[in-house]
Amino acid sequence: MTKLLEAPTTNHPPRPRRGTGPARTAPTGRGRRRPLAAALGVLTSPKYGPVTVTGLLFVAIFVIGGFRYRGFFSGQVFLNLFVDNAYLIVLAVGMTFVILTGGIDLSVGAVVALSGMIAASLLQTGWSPGVVIPLILVLTSILGLLVGLMIHVFKVQPFIATLAAMFLARGLCYVISQSSISITDPTFIQLAVSRIPLGAGLSITPSVIIALVVVGIAVWVLHGTRFGRTVYAIGGGEQSGLLMGLPVARTKVLVYVISGFCSGLAGVLFTFYTLSGYPLTAIGTELDAIAAVVIGGTLLTGGYGFVLGSVLGVLVLGVIQTIITFEGTLSSWWTKIFIGALLLVFIILQKVLTARRR
Amino acid sequence: MSALAKMASSRLFWPVVMLLVLFAINLVAFPGFFEITVRDGQLFGSLIDILRNGAPTLIIAVGMTLVIATRGIDLSVGAVAAISGAVACSIILGSPDPGSLATVAVAVTVALLISLVLGVWNGFLVAVLGIQPIIATLILMTAGRGVAMLITEGQILTVNSPPFKFLGSGFWLGVPIAVIIAAVVFGLAALLTRRTALGMFIESVGINPEASRQAGVRARGLLFAVYTFCALCAAIAGLILTANTAAADANNTGLFIELDAILAVVIGGTSLAGGRYSLVGTLVGALVIQTLVTTVYTVGIPPIATMVFKAAVVTIVCLLQSPTTAEALSGFRRRLAVRSGKGVAAS
Repeated sequence: MTKLLEAPTTNHPPRPRRGTGPARTAPTGRGRRRPLAAALGVLTSPKYGPVTVTGLLFVAIFVIGGFRYRGFFSGQVFLNLFVDNAYLIVLAVGMTFVILTGGIDLSVGAVVALSGMIAASLLQTGWSPGVVIPLILVLTSILGLLVGLMIHVFKVQPFIATLAAMFLARGLCYVISQSSISITDPTFIQLAVSRIPLGAGLSITPSVIIALVVVGIAVWVLHGTRFGRTVYAIGGGEQSGLLMGLPVARTKVLVYVISGFCSGLAGVLFTFYTLSGYPLTAIGTELDAIAAVVIGGTLLTGGYGFVLGSVLGVLVLGVIQTIITFEGTLSSWWTKIFIGALLLVFIILQKVLTARRR
Repeated sequence: MSALAKMASSRLFWPVVMLLVLFAINLVAFPGFFEITVRDGQLFGSLIDILRNGAPTLIIAVGMTLVIATRGIDLSVGAVAAISGAVACSIILGSPDPGSLATVAVAVTVALLISLVLGVWNGFLVAVLGIQPIIATLILMTAGRGVAMLITEGQILTVNSPPFKFLGSGFWLGVPIAVIIAAVVFGLAALLTRRTALGMFIESVGINPEASRQAGVRARGLLFAVYTFCALCAAIAGLILTANTAAADANNTGLFIELDAILAVVIGGTSLAGGRYSLVGTLVGALVIQTLVTTVYTVGIPPIATMVFKAAVVTIVCLLQSPTTAEALSGFRRRLAVRSGKGVAAS
């Protein structure tokens, strides 16, 4: 399916554009035109366009930041984007699967808070982290399974089903405890404070490694397995997927299990970061995850998108946050306004690109 | 079909049953639940409390019903409520005479006008740019809280203005002002959409926008109107919420109210797939949600567990209304009929 959609890209005629000086003055031989046509094709395709723009945007923001602020243009600032947003990367990976099928998961923020609460309360009563972490992952996967079944078997809209899950998870947080529980478990503290040196004074945390492993597995699953192809096929058209004999039911439910698992893991990573469980934590994180996925070029109607795009989306959100921190005079609420504006730009971009294709 | 079966097949059946069950639980836990007393010419009682505290949710849910009927959704209502509260409070605080009626009138008018602009913005994204409603309104939901914080400069604005406070906690002829406002909004929406062809146009846009456009319905204008009306409702609710506490909190005013409003609509039997809608259903849905919250208090469950109960109610109502359940039930009924038919034949 994707091959069919890509096909027109290669013989897309390069339109003369103002501003691209060299292109107009360059000899219009075949050899000179082809790379330009290819570049234009990539920029205007709904599959690669948004993600390319996101990549360019990230580089641009980073370079601008580097010129404006002293000490911004360093490897550690770049690596800190991963350190500070490891949990968001994992969340965005799970959300990408869901959105690729044309669904949405509003429960992720609440599930992050819930798994933090479970971890903190069980560790407090003396459970071993080796039991607690797998238990959390199993519980959140089961919650995802229930949501998936509600969506598929009972035909409840994903929006409402995940909303119910969000209420449930947030409510359970309060049931566990109303106040913050700090974590004193030595393993968790070890994981929270340890840095892995990369040489040249640079370092990352174990969370970053976990997040990158998740990203790697997700890329392999989406592009290397039958399950991944079915995910894209459902987003492209559920009815066609059914007619092709693809296991639509199983895949649609599994996508929510994956999102539940990722939320649980993100919750664990988040507790490594904060070393506490608090019922009000991560409110609105689902919006950040959705924003990262959209900015990363995944179409909200499903069918197009990459996990790596979502990672780029997280990095863009992170770099905006970093710039606002470096600026100092800008208040934190500007982050929300910037993210809203970016969302708008990317959604309109998606709209324009898909409209031209049809 | 017996009368009971006919009633059971009504869209309002399960929500009303849910409401009655909640009332029954309350009555058992607190025998004086239905008592309404008159104190200083003002009505008091649990039922009045439910109506009064449920008013903001109901007002937003009315606007949301019309949006959902066009196969849309508006996630930005909470943010719009926060913005309108912030605008009103900052105007009242900035004026030389915070207590005067004129100041409050200006503040309320400006807040409502700004909400109209926000509604037109949502309508523009949905109707002109053709962005999915859930995403289009997500933008304002994210950025809107930031804008509200920008207006309040990140602080909680506390105002001391009796006329403004009256909006939230005043009484008129013994009835809380909030309830009267909710009744007026509900009545206006019902009159406008059910006594004119407007409601039918809205439903037709929800069922098939393209077909209704070709049939001569001005779908685009209608979408603008619906989103603007929803934002206006959100602003009214935001003003009531802010007036109730006499403080504008950009972070917490109307937090999660979009979810409550959507729940009220869904519990009321309006499908998120657009088309048919029921304003009475929304009224019942809003009452179910508020009664649920009250029940949690009266039964003595810690109020923090309210969200778990909300989740349970949503899940139950959604599963009961699901086509799969309906199919299974009708299959069960058919089998019963067949079996009893066989029994008759054998005897």
